[in-house]
Amino acid sequence: MEALVSILIGTMTASAVYLLLRSHTFPVILGLSLLGYAVNIFLFASGRLHLDSAPLVEHGLKQLPDPLPQALVLTAIVIGFGMTAFLVVLALRALGEFGSDRVDGGEQK
Amino acid sequence: MNHLAIMPALIPMVTGSLLLFTGRAGKTAERTISLAGTAALLPTAILLLVQVAAGDHVVYYNGNWPAPYGILLVVDRLSALMLLLNACLALPSLLYAITGDDRLGPRFHILFQMQLLGINGAFITGDLFNLFVFFEILLIASYALQLHGGGTARVRAALHVVVLNLIGSAVFLIAIGAIYAATGTLNLADLADKVAASGAERAGLLRTGGFLLLAVFALKAALIPLGFWLPSAYSAASAPAAALFAIMTKVGVYAILRVHGLVFGPDAGPVASLITPWLLPVGLATVFLATIGVLASRDLRRLLAHLVVLSAGTLILVLGLDSEAATSAALYYLLNSTLVGGGLFLLAGLIARERGEAGALLDREQSVTRPVLLGTLFFVGTVGVAGLPPLAGFTAKIYILQNAFVHPAGAWVFALLLGSGLLVLLALSRAGSAIFWRTGNLLPTGEGSKPLQAIATALLLSGTAILVVGGGAATSYTRATAAQLADHGAYVDAVMLNRSIAPSVHRKGGS
Repeated sequence: MEALVSILIGTMTASAVYLLLRSHTFPVILGLSLLGYAVNIFLFASGRLHLDSAPLVEHGLKQLPDPLPQALVLTAIVIGFGMTAFLVVLALRALGEFGSDRVDGGEQK
Repeated sequence: MNHLAIMPALIPMVTGSLLLFTGRAGKTAERTISLAGTAALLPTAILLLVQVAAGDHVVYYNGNWPAPYGILLVVDRLSALMLLLNACLALPSLLYAITGDDRLGPRFHILFQMQLLGINGAFITGDLFNLFVFFEILLIASYALQLHGGGTARVRAALHVVVLNLIGSAVFLIAIGAIYAATGTLNLADLADKVAASGAERAGLLRTGGFLLLAVFALKAALIPLGFWLPSAYSAASAPAAALFAIMTKVGVYAILRVHGLVFGPDAGPVASLITPWLLPVGLATVFLATIGVLASRDLRRLLAHLVVLSAGTLILVLGLDSEAATSAALYYLLNSTLVGGGLFLLAGLIARERGEAGALLDREQSVTRPVLLGTLFFVGTVGVAGLPPLAGFTAKIYILQNAFVHPAGAWVFALLLGSGLLVLLALSRAGSAIFWRTGNLLPTGEGSKPLQAIATALLLSGTAILVVGGGAATSYTRATAAQLADHGAYVDAVMLNRSIAPSVHRKGGS
């Protein structure tokens, strides 16, 4: 399972970096969202990956998951959501100001 | 429990929330509330400073959860000093703003208060994830403040700042994840304990986390190679916003001092003094490039933005000298550079207002309405920031150079700091002559400045004189602060009162 999760995180991060390097705002926003997902799964995995363990607490079960990373991920999701919303509005504003959706405000191609 | 410790975060939060409801009550009510909230930060910071001056840590356990389980706030000498500095910077910036600049766009005061909440929160928190949250608060407020007033230049700069800082936030979270995976805690005091006791098998994760954190803080502090976003952003921002931004790079420097000093300090086991060898070269490179930027600027505001980068670079360079006395010198320099930097941004706003269409451009000719007043302020600011006697820039530079003597790389520090000081002086005198003397007899077309704006600017610039007159008190405080920062045990002991109930061994990884 570790291999699967690491490949998942790696693929998402690589795709995110590719999208972030694009010159238009829309792919950049998609890249940032994708990077956010990769980071969230990474944070989640920092509490170790378990199979067949209780969701939070279960009587008689020795192995319990770590609740802290779940709380961190939840906070990170909320913050990331707010930031992405802000960036989308800003990108629309930039489209209005520059007349193009290029990150550097250059001519539309 | 002493509730004073949470006040620096609570006051701006309550003020900002109140302002959400009073938006329709008219601008006078809005300005009064905002001003009252900001003014209240000053006595709060002074009270906290008095409480911690003897060397105590004021620890505030949110919800009374014992450390390391709850999120806690810690105020020590360094935090109290930064809180006071922030209050001293915010009040004149707001005084300047309420004369009219706050009406350039909507909801300036709410954003201003939220920015104060984020900055103060970052200074008092004792938890790594909480630091991330406060960083996000100060960032989202700063994005909107950056856009205050609108216009293409601001939108373009803001777009870059937002994208870069969102990537920075993602990296911050990865660093937090790596550090949590290695230690099982995010409480700074507990982290210091756990990292010092950790074995070599966790060194890889810890090192990754430590360097990623350095990257994030370097992005905030605008260090080379992560600082190229700053000049366009700060030079485009409206004057009161830019003045408040003068402390934002210092938040990055504070975070390096706090997190890396405490968690990755000299007694941190496998990752001892992790980033120390990097600070000096990074600082030197930043100072070098920022000096070139200062010389190349054709706009006074861009010149000042490069000066902000230069002061952040100088701070990192001095911290790289890695001694208690150097840290003390860095803190003294920080006080001076922040106040003068903020004051000069306000002054540039004044100059642009009075000149009219020439704005703050240096290659355009136009005179100002009140050349004597603004010229005097500009002269004081130049002397304060370039490090000439008799103002605090000079004493700070002497203090730094004294400490560079004993360092093996001292010659580099000497050459670069003195050379950069000379070039900054050159650039500023050129800027001053262009604005005040080479007017081409073109009359000012601007709307003119208001007395309160000049008073606010003078208040901030007077900081550099006060720091010289009260130099003895200031340096004895920064010396005590540096000594307290070097004593990690005291911080950990103050926070971890209930060490016995904390899990002593981190669980081994599951599968």
